[in-house]
Amino acid sequence: MPPISQELLDEVALSRAEYEAIVDRLGREPNPLEIGLFGALWSEHCGYKHTKALLRTLPNTSDRLLVAPGAENAGVVDIGDGYAVAFKIESHNHPSAVEPYEGAATGIGGIVRDILAMGARPMALMNSLRFGPPTDDRQRYLLNGVVSGISGYGNCIGVPNVGGEIVFDDSYAGNPLVNAMCVGIIKDAKIMSASADAPGDLIILVGAKTGRDGIHGASGLASRTFEEQAELRSTVQVGNPFLEKVLIEACLEAIQLPGVVGMQDCGAAGITSAAVEMAERSELGINIDVAKVHRRETEMSPYEVMLSESQERMILAVKPGHESQLFDLFEKWDLDAEIIGTFKPGNQVVISESKEQISSTPVVTLTDAPEYQFNSPKPNWLTELQNADLSALPDLDITPSQALLTLLASPNIASKHTIWRQYDHQVQNNTVIAPGGDAALLRIQGTNRALAVTTDCNGRLVYLNPRVGAAIAVAEACRNLSCVGAEPVALTDGLNFGNPETPDIQYQLQEAVAGMSKAATAFNIPVVSGNASLYNESPDTAVQPTPIIGALGVLENVQNHATSAFKDEGDTIILIGSNTPWAEPETLAGSEVLSILHDTTAGNPSLDLELETKVQSLTRSLIQQGIAKSAHDISQGGLAVAIVESAIQGNIGATIQHHDPITNWLPNLFGEPQSRIILTCNSTDTDRILRTAKQTNTPATQVGAVGGDQIRINNLINLSLQTVADTWLNAFERAASG
Amino acid sequence: MKFGIVVFPGSWSERDMHYAVSDVLGYQAEYIWHRETSINGFDAVLLPGGFSYGDHLRCGAIAAHSPVMGAIKDFANNGGFVFGSCNGFQILCESGLLPGALIRNDHLSFRCAPGTLRVETTATPFTSQYADGDVVAMPISHGEGNFQADDETLAMLEAEGRVIFRYVDDQNQATLEANPNGSLNNIAGITNEQGNVLGMMPHPERACEPLLGSSDGNPLWQSIAATVDAGKP
Repeated sequence: MPPISQELLDEVALSRAEYEAIVDRLGREPNPLEIGLFGALWSEHCGYKHTKALLRTLPNTSDRLLVAPGAENAGVVDIGDGYAVAFKIESHNHPSAVEPYEGAATGIGGIVRDILAMGARPMALMNSLRFGPPTDDRQRYLLNGVVSGISGYGNCIGVPNVGGEIVFDDSYAGNPLVNAMCVGIIKDAKIMSASADAPGDLIILVGAKTGRDGIHGASGLASRTFEEQAELRSTVQVGNPFLEKVLIEACLEAIQLPGVVGMQDCGAAGITSAAVEMAERSELGINIDVAKVHRRETEMSPYEVMLSESQERMILAVKPGHESQLFDLFEKWDLDAEIIGTFKPGNQVVISESKEQISSTPVVTLTDAPEYQFNSPKPNWLTELQNADLSALPDLDITPSQALLTLLASPNIASKHTIWRQYDHQVQNNTVIAPGGDAALLRIQGTNRALAVTTDCNGRLVYLNPRVGAAIAVAEACRNLSCVGAEPVALTDGLNFGNPETPDIQYQLQEAVAGMSKAATAFNIPVVSGNASLYNESPDTAVQPTPIIGALGVLENVQNHATSAFKDEGDTIILIGSNTPWAEPETLAGSEVLSILHDTTAGNPSLDLELETKVQSLTRSLIQQGIAKSAHDISQGGLAVAIVESAIQGNIGATIQHHDPITNWLPNLFGEPQSRIILTCNSTDTDRILRTAKQTNTPATQVGAVGGDQIRINNLINLSLQTVADTWLNAFERAASG
Repeated sequence: MKFGIVVFPGSWSERDMHYAVSDVLGYQAEYIWHRETSINGFDAVLLPGGFSYGDHLRCGAIAAHSPVMGAIKDFANNGGFVFGSCNGFQILCESGLLPGALIRNDHLSFRCAPGTLRVETTATPFTSQYADGDVVAMPISHGEGNFQADDETLAMLEAEGRVIFRYVDDQNQATLEANPNGSLNNIAGITNEQGNVLGMMPHPERACEPLLGSSDGNPLWQSIAATVDAGKP
């Protein structure tokens, strides 16, 4: 037998060493179908070859944890009052780069089915998006396609999309990031498992007919860098949101039926990964007859059937004898369903077509993908970037007011309301804080509780210091939850990095995971689920390392929440986290102002986790007591931008006046220090807040007052609310409409 | 008072409507499956928002021919109260229970946003619990809410006082800026000639609690209930 060709190995993204390991484990050459199975299951997307070892180091325990990370399709946490929440973030970067509408749409569909598989009703979606500059035609094409895909698919399935973030940076120009997070709710702890109960249980496939779309999605698109994008267009799946909506309702009814013991979505690598993962979890073997799979195309080979990534399909494990009731239910919803196999004693995955057996492989051989460990050194170029002296920047021929307006017009800072309003963010009647706040807030019907959700990551900071930057992503996500009053309870992570076979990317990965781990430990919350998307590179560059953090918070009394909008004339503005409002030069590290006005990304970001947790806990307590009337954290654009955002949202001006003098306005006003939150309160509560801060050893200082229709900062900035609002509200649409 | 809420495959406001009329206001409510061919025991029938049958062909076009719609037409022709919002409004137009058509928003995008509406008349079974000229907040969420009709129909709707809700700005003016989708005359909701069928694009069921931003939708359900109660011996 001639040695297997490099071309065939490339097609399934297996290395020659991996191929040899397969031959070794099987004791024979794999047949073509098996090469496909291994390619899919050993792909980075399914097998986590480069991240498994790292992910094990993340904190994974909590009193609230009901389903541990990695055990099922998503982790599940207890949120009280008999409710549990399943949530997870997932990437669909490469499909979106190739075909933005369908890539983004099917990204939504996939993550929703992950959550559905837990027996949860999907109750919120968020997206975390990264593109190159929107002034570029191709980037606008990608942005518009992705947003239309999210809108087109998400609006149809009746799950509110409550926002997320959209960030622009040159590094994403050749490889956009499109991550979607879904949050689902489960009542009375009726959590589903993606496993069978005993041998003899039936494997039932329900939903869309299987076609040739998406073959090699997991191995081809998700697991290598790609230069010739158009060639891969056929590996992008096509979504049908109507079918997804019907599937959601039908599956939520199905799990109430007797005999339905397990549920699993068909995601990456289709039936292959769904069935094999179920077999592994059940510690059973499986027989699958590909001839039973209902198809929308003729003459599909077993290989194509097993590896198709046709969307809107679920697999159920059902006790024999209970199938007819289930088929009646699916008939009611006009859904196709077929028994495609059974669980068997033992540990073999047997695939046949009618009577002819095509493959028989031990489950563990398929699922036990190799694990690559690395410990790469810090690159020299990074040390140089970190050591940049940010206190000696060249003078700018620009006033502080002009700088503020320039920042407000930056696509990274300007309001994205023209995007959010294309998403139905209210359906299901739970949305208390809509997209555009620090975090979205959704109440739980029938309780006083609410869930806060957010996604965050500043890739620039991770680029400049992967460990600290990733810790900041965790801290900022939790801070955003705290700013609406919610206590962080769990995290999900979407690791978006470049090629993990190169030392610099390995360094970023190992450091970022260490930083996430440290921060999550400081907040005492677990990382309950996640996704790794590697090989995010274009021929020019790797993307900035972007470990997107999705965070979930619980607010026990929804009535006492805060928004970022300033409220009433005369309210006091207090800064929590510092005794002076003015930021130091080193806080320019990775800042928006440094990027925009000095065209530089440099410096070394820092984070004090002890201060961070104190600031957040004080903020939550003040909001929950109903004393804090608004809360907004300082992030991109620094103090000045934070003040303006709160003023515009409240449609009222503000005056910042502090006894400390401004000595270096660029960092003082626009530096981006961590762990700072701007609160407002009735002026009569000012002393009470400052006293509480002192008692908890949390720095705080009164910085000004709400009122009027101007934005004034220590005699350096004096702009009308109308001017800043016009810029902030309209700049993004102007930039993105070319 | 018992509401029947129709469920088509692809509907997604049915649970929100159930929540608003039942959990918030305490009326009885039951779902009606789209394959039902007769409906009995309901005082009013609600058609929810969503994407019935995936809105294939045209929004509401397939739903208009679904088995349940025959029964709903009979119910309406016998004076029963029928209400549809969003996709429900589209279905009512497609089925001929209401005149006109809802086409793609003029800006070509889906739009989910707070909405400000003027209640044009309180002399209907759906608006009796509002005050004359009330300006109310109810959100919109649609891609095809651009109401169009021929000149004659439009003139008739206006002359007969059948425009029930109109998009206005916060100064209570029906301006171009206040119009979220290009609808003729800023029309947000209309009734049939007999006044027992109302269709509107905004979502009163989403304006059911101050916590969610508005409870201005509640008087609409209360109006239906008051009318039904008044008609009972």
